[in-house]
Amino acid sequence: MQSKQKFILTGVTFGAAGMMASPALAQTMDVTITIPRLTVAEYHKPYVALWIEQAGKPARTINVWYDTGKKNNAGIKWLRDMRQWWRTVGRTTPTPPNGVTGATRAPGAAKISFTSGKGGMPVLTAGAYTLVVEAAREGGGREVVKVPFTVSAAGTAKGSGKGSFELGAVSLTVRR
Amino acid sequence: MLKSRKSLLLLAAGAALALSPVAQARQWLLPSETMFTGAGNEWLTVDAANSTDLYYYDHPGQAWDAVVTAPDGSVIPVENRMVGKLRQVFDVPIAQGGTYKISVTNDMVMGSYMLAGEKKMLPRGTTPANLAAAIPAGATDVQTAEANNRIETFVTAGEPTTSVFTAGGKGIEMIPVTHPNDLAVGEEATFQFMLDGKPAAGIDVVAIPGGIRYRADIKQMDAKTDAEGKVSFTWPEAGMYWVSASIGGRRGGGEGAGGPPPATPPQPEAPQRRASYAMTVEVQG
Repeated sequence: MQSKQKFILTGVTFGAAGMMASPALAQTMDVTITIPRLTVAEYHKPYVALWIEQAGKPARTINVWYDTGKKNNAGIKWLRDMRQWWRTVGRTTPTPPNGVTGATRAPGAAKISFTSGKGGMPVLTAGAYTLVVEAAREGGGREVVKVPFTVSAAGTAKGSGKGSFELGAVSLTVRR
Repeated sequence: MLKSRKSLLLLAAGAALALSPVAQARQWLLPSETMFTGAGNEWLTVDAANSTDLYYYDHPGQAWDAVVTAPDGSVIPVENRMVGKLRQVFDVPIAQGGTYKISVTNDMVMGSYMLAGEKKMLPRGTTPANLAAAIPAGATDVQTAEANNRIETFVTAGEPTTSVFTAGGKGIEMIPVTHPNDLAVGEEATFQFMLDGKPAAGIDVVAIPGGIRYRADIKQMDAKTDAEGKVSFTWPEAGMYWVSASIGGRRGGGEGAGGPPPATPPQPEAPQRRASYAMTVEVQG
């Protein structure tokens, strides 16, 4: 039973009970993350990890922003500075796959869309989830913002949260 | 249950026993990092010390020989070992993925014998290995007890593994139910303690967060192992914690400090079996 549930969460099955897998009804999650503008002498854009938690299921990384421009991909050395992400899910895949990684982003509001079943993004069946966003900045602080949300039977949801120093407002919309 | 340092001191001062009011020093291994990326070229550095406050250096440095067990079971030699006036330091290359164990064990034998009508104590530094040589021919009424001390810490490169957790040795050992490199604030962690390879039921275990020097409350958590030797803690804050269990000696037998005196005082001739265990674990916030 456990393995079947896991399989459903990966979202690559066809015809699993209770799932709407039709590509025409592709589920999308839009996430807006605000990186605050900080007046510090030496500013480095933060590493940011986004993952989805659901009770009783393995956490799923959907996006990791890190310094992708370093020689030999050396930027992955500091992924563990996102300590909650590293402990929860990051260390199971120390080199995150291409589909979930991205470059660090400048201060401001970043809007990202995730399509269920693509990259690390699972299909979200009806139920309670938490989007966790963790930011770690070199020479700065680290902050985790949790955004709980409930996906309806129609496969939609809304949620928001707010950080106080390394992260600003975080909001999400799940739509079909 | 949190216990303040003040009440501990009052308790000790009020006890009618020959308890030293000065807290016994704590032995520890402090890792520079517990979660490694697993790139293969990383370094761990470890401080090893005996101190009153966690984690500061306030006692003479110890010439302990640390044994580092790698995830594949091999023993990794430490590098840059330095025994200073107040601490020992050494480095460990982290080349493999998985969980490493760093441990210091010390097995001693205490006791006495009668020779020509006179009672003689076994000399300091007697171990199970040299015990036979320490007892002269013609000695009678030989009474001995072992004291086994173990100090550990664990670090993990990439995903945690469990190959280094084995019990079957002497003294107190820890077998994780919750992996010691998978601890987080607000979550309950369970550890099983073994004595001479068997579950250590009903022994006292304490957990104390580091940083004692800059707070008034020692924030000690006390627990007792169940019939299977298991004990659980829920971590109130992030940081390094010192988790320790012991039998015999001044730290052992929590009831000795406040409970009624035993009906028959222990015979001075019979030395008490002692064993202690201490590990440093990191709780993520």
